Amino acid sequence: MILARVVGNVVATRKNRRYENARVMLCQQITPEGEETSYSVLALDSVDAGFGDTVLIVQEGWSASTAATGEAGAAIDSAIVGVVDRIDLL
Amino acid sequence: MQLARVIGTVVATVKNESLEGRKLLVVQTLDRDLEPIGKPMVAIDAVGAGFGELVFWCRGKEASFPFKREDTPTDCTIIGIVDSEQHVGRG
Repeated sequence: MILARVVGNVVATRKNRRYENARVMLCQQITPEGEETSYSVLALDSVDAGFGDTVLIVQEGWSASTAATGEAGAAIDSAIVGVVDRIDLL
Repeated sequence: MQLARVIGTVVATVKNESLEGRKLLVVQTLDRDLEPIGKPMVAIDAVGAGFGELVFWCRGKEASFPFKREDTPTDCTIIGIVDSEQHVGRG
């Protein structure tokens, strides 16, 4: 999983039917220290994440599809599966 | 999934038979500010996207799921058309 910050969302009327009722969130990967990296990604939300939240994103199809739609086999490669409260580094 | 702009089309007469009838598009991936990032790629279209449109694509094995799974060899498929640039919200 990667750490990311929710920086926006995307509205698409025409989309794969498995994306119906899904929230497509624009996320920017961050380091554990909170610095933004150059990698941005769209992820389906499964936890009611909001703008500015630090989130956990899973980037594996079966997991992402199941988390975001309740069923495997959708064309989904990334899903938000957690909102991070805090990160402690040793 | 990644945001991208459709910047071209690809015509391939000789291709795997499971790609018959599929639309091949050249997409340029975009960052959060809709600036190009990385090199353009070829994607299969699953939503009726066209030249110039802002879209998002799915990578990997999951890219073949909009089609009959065993049937379509693709690792990059357009699965949504963003309504407009204004519909890329920034919190």
